Amino acid sequence: MNPRDPLSRVLYIDLEHRRFWTRDRRDLFERWLGGTGVAIQLLKEELPRDADPLSPKNVIVFAVGPLTATYPFGSKTVAMFKSPLTGNLGESHAGGRSATSIRLAGYGAIVIKGASDTPIYLVVDESGAYFRDASALWGITSTLTVGRILREATLGQGYRSIMRIGRAGERLVRYAAVMTETYRHFGRLGLGAVFGSKKLKAIVIRGGGSVPIYDKREYREVYKQVFELAVKSDLMKKYHDLGTPMNILPLNKIGALPTRNLTSARFEEAEKISGERIAEEKLGRRLACSNCPIACIHLAALKEPYPDEPYFYKTTFISYDYEPIYALGTMLGISDIDGLLKLLDVVEVYGLDAMSTGVCLAWATEAFQRGIITRRETIVELKWGDYENYIKAAVNIVDQPNEFYEVLAKGVEKASERYGGREFALSFGGNEMPGYHTGYGAHIGFLIGSRHSHLDCAGYSLDQKLKEPLPPRELVERLIEEESWRQILSSLVVCFFARGIYKPEMVVKALKTLGYDYDVDGLRDLGREIYEEKQRLKHELGFKPEALRPPERVLETESPHGTLKIEYFDEALKVYREMLSRIISQG
Amino acid sequence: MNPVKRLEIVDPERCVGCQLCMYACERRFGDAGFARSAILVRSVGGVERGFTVIVCRACQDPPCAKVCPTGALTPRDGGGVTLNPSKCIGCGFCVESCPIGAIFWNYEVNKPIICTYCGYCVEFCPHGVLRLGEVKGE
Repeated sequence: MNPRDPLSRVLYIDLEHRRFWTRDRRDLFERWLGGTGVAIQLLKEELPRDADPLSPKNVIVFAVGPLTATYPFGSKTVAMFKSPLTGNLGESHAGGRSATSIRLAGYGAIVIKGASDTPIYLVVDESGAYFRDASALWGITSTLTVGRILREATLGQGYRSIMRIGRAGERLVRYAAVMTETYRHFGRLGLGAVFGSKKLKAIVIRGGGSVPIYDKREYREVYKQVFELAVKSDLMKKYHDLGTPMNILPLNKIGALPTRNLTSARFEEAEKISGERIAEEKLGRRLACSNCPIACIHLAALKEPYPDEPYFYKTTFISYDYEPIYALGTMLGISDIDGLLKLLDVVEVYGLDAMSTGVCLAWATEAFQRGIITRRETIVELKWGDYENYIKAAVNIVDQPNEFYEVLAKGVEKASERYGGREFALSFGGNEMPGYHTGYGAHIGFLIGSRHSHLDCAGYSLDQKLKEPLPPRELVERLIEEESWRQILSSLVVCFFARGIYKPEMVVKALKTLGYDYDVDGLRDLGREIYEEKQRLKHELGFKPEALRPPERVLETESPHGTLKIEYFDEALKVYREMLSRIISQG
Repeated sequence: MNPVKRLEIVDPERCVGCQLCMYACERRFGDAGFARSAILVRSVGGVERGFTVIVCRACQDPPCAKVCPTGALTPRDGGGVTLNPSKCIGCGFCVESCPIGAIFWNYEVNKPIICTYCGYCVEFCPHGVLRLGEVKGE
């Protein structure tokens, strides 16, 4: 790497003693690039393996990489921590401006340790961290209001990022998110609750500096090539036009759109909440992450009349994507656009993860219908499509007015262990299901992916390309190969949506301008090594692959590849466990 | 005489806040980031309300040149200014005089960042927000 690149500077922050220091970790950034690769190593160094995720012993790592702020799509921050939802490795990626702000403040990673005894927020700039009192911000209903206050209270408009939690994080909902720039999220696996447990309300990161480039002439050339591929080819256009909700109709058509807690994989009213329909009726604005020419963030403008005065309206901008529409729309049988948007807004305002919230509410609705739980537990009647009651229930997950909601705030696995209905609790390794019932690839991907996310290895994509399912061993190998390459993308760190642009050859070329000497094979090897490091850390944190199994519901509802067979899962998971034990024994 | 160029904001409502113009401006020097960028995209009170793009509009009678005590900033024929860094003492009066906030600061050398109207940023604006126009007489 370029010796003048400040990427190797790591900012360490100790919340308990209100101290910070920086260390040059060239050793890590030379060896592991950045992002995921470096974050695993920092977590290995700092995290006591037995730490309770909501105790001061938990550690949060934010990491960016060489392509952050230097190349288009280098706009994602990787967060790593111990997840309070699964009790194992937590990893979540967010767009917005946090990545470029961290990089242009002159850091490659930020490590946050300990806990504060009173609410605080942090301001980070090139000189370090400032500890500011957040008592007055604690308990504010809306994350949007918190953002508004911090925008006024801190400097650096246009050069900064404002990460914050909502009430869900304060109340330690195990799937609370951290929001950044209002509409992007470290959504999954409960980083918001870890912030809450540390009494850390927000982090403002201000970065207006620059990164010295190793080969300036070639850099300008390669940047332009990436830019032109992005804007002149069709590789990214779909993300700009309709955004991720473009998937609603095609997935519905093939019968892969989980509906009403996956009692069906088709939603008869999908057209009403499709990407096309929302864009036509509600699209109000598109936003981009910093250094992304595409602008996939779609905001709906919801105009609502005030009931107390004629011709008096408020217009709310609400971000929507495929996954929230699946989780809070089709999974709950909601086809009313305005109702869906209002529910999305509440989830955003309180800082919940949309996917986990939707899956939890879908399970609760089915459990309610079957009489496993009653109004005594749910307080409001839960009925498919009744968005008003779902809004109340989502608020209850945050407020936790009774034992039921306290348990539901711990995730669908815990809730179904306590109340029953495990067979229709859509949990994979303790994480709530993403929105793809495309076949074995998707579900085995959710199970064996390091984050139990559809983005780990994109099995949903493989399913849609294949006419016939692969043999289990081949499927597992393909998924792990994809996940290994994605370790490179998330170490650079580039957005996965740009994976069609950042083919290995392009990555080699871009890295060369920054002073890195890799070839394609070297990168692939490094991807596998990072993957293996991650599995070893998961093992040390107590990951039990033998406990993985698909929810029974997945085997009942027909997929585009027919009814899925448990024997196939058993075989695939056996192959996976063999591979895992080989990796662990090599460690 | 060739027509004098300046940057024009076609429509800030088309801006998605990608900041590619800011990165392009820094890339003139071959580096990445914002430290020497003469253009700024920031939200209008939160991204949900959209963005504003701040860049020198090449005034006919530039206030920044009027307050420059050393003659480092001089009016350019046809509009805008040029900076002679060797005359600049870094007083920052120019920054204060610009009502649109289009003069930025290079902290490394303690001198203002002045748009050179080169139009490199325009090449990288993917959404038709910026244009390189010609200064018209008033």
